[in-house]
Amino acid sequence: MKVRVHVMLKQGVLDPQGEAVRHALGALGFEGVSSVRQGKVIELDLADGTSEATIGEMCEKLLANTVIESYRVEQL
Amino acid sequence: MKAAVIVFPGSNCDRDMAVAFEQAGFDVEMVWHKDTALPSGIDMVGVPGGFSFGDYLRCGAIAANAPIVRDVKAFADKGGYVLGVCNGFQVLTETGLLPGALLRNSELKYICRTVGLKVEGDSIFTSAYQTGEEIALPIAHHDGNYHADDATLDLLEGEGRVAFRYTDNPNGSARDMAGILSANRRVLGMMPHPERASEAAHGNEDGARLFANLTSALTTA
Repeated sequence: MKVRVHVMLKQGVLDPQGEAVRHALGALGFEGVSSVRQGKVIELDLADGTSEATIGEMCEKLLANTVIESYRVEQL
Repeated sequence: MKAAVIVFPGSNCDRDMAVAFEQAGFDVEMVWHKDTALPSGIDMVGVPGGFSFGDYLRCGAIAANAPIVRDVKAFADKGGYVLGVCNGFQVLTETGLLPGALLRNSELKYICRTVGLKVEGDSIFTSAYQTGEEIALPIAHHDGNYHADDATLDLLEGEGRVAFRYTDNPNGSARDMAGILSANRRVLGMMPHPERASEAAHGNEDGARLFANLTSALTTA
């Protein structure tokens, strides 16, 4: 089974990289880009039947730092 | 007095930190990240700067899960003294030994220069400085923008756990925090590098005092 983990900085945590991308889009002439948030996508190839709880534990223990990041697991 | 300096793949301030501890009177053992236990009789653990595991995933995240770090955590939980500098600070926040996290610098640039700091928190690490004293130490980091929620920042300030503050914030750190202490004041994490300003040849000895009092403080502690 495959899952995709999306990791994003939490709302309210300044994302200077997203801000830089927003500025660059503006500099390229794209108008109306009011906000950019940049995150990570991590794809995992897992043994069939790996439980949601185990995947959650992987996210909590390593893939995301929940002090600053939120995550979402997508089943593929 | 014995100090252990942890070495991860990508650590690059480990030997500087060892020299600073030695100058302060410690016998130093370098401890490899794959070891599962600290040597016996350790009084102080140093987690050095560098780019452990290439800063993959997040700075300090992989190192925080290295075998030896479990024992460093147990050491700290038993009241052991731990100093984390730069990447070492990032590792300590990732382990949860210190609150908060280090984000990308607000200006997105790697910054390598000497900055002004104000000494605040009461601890054995800051005991050789006057409270409120201004010192200068080098910083060299891309991800030194300290972040924590307001409640945590209030707690750190309320308990006097801010060891150092930037006098001219270089990286966007919340409330100018450059170094913070654990609740028992025995774990210090800081982005500036005291070990890079610890002898005359460095052109700045402000960092030497952080190490200088440790052995005497530990003897009486």
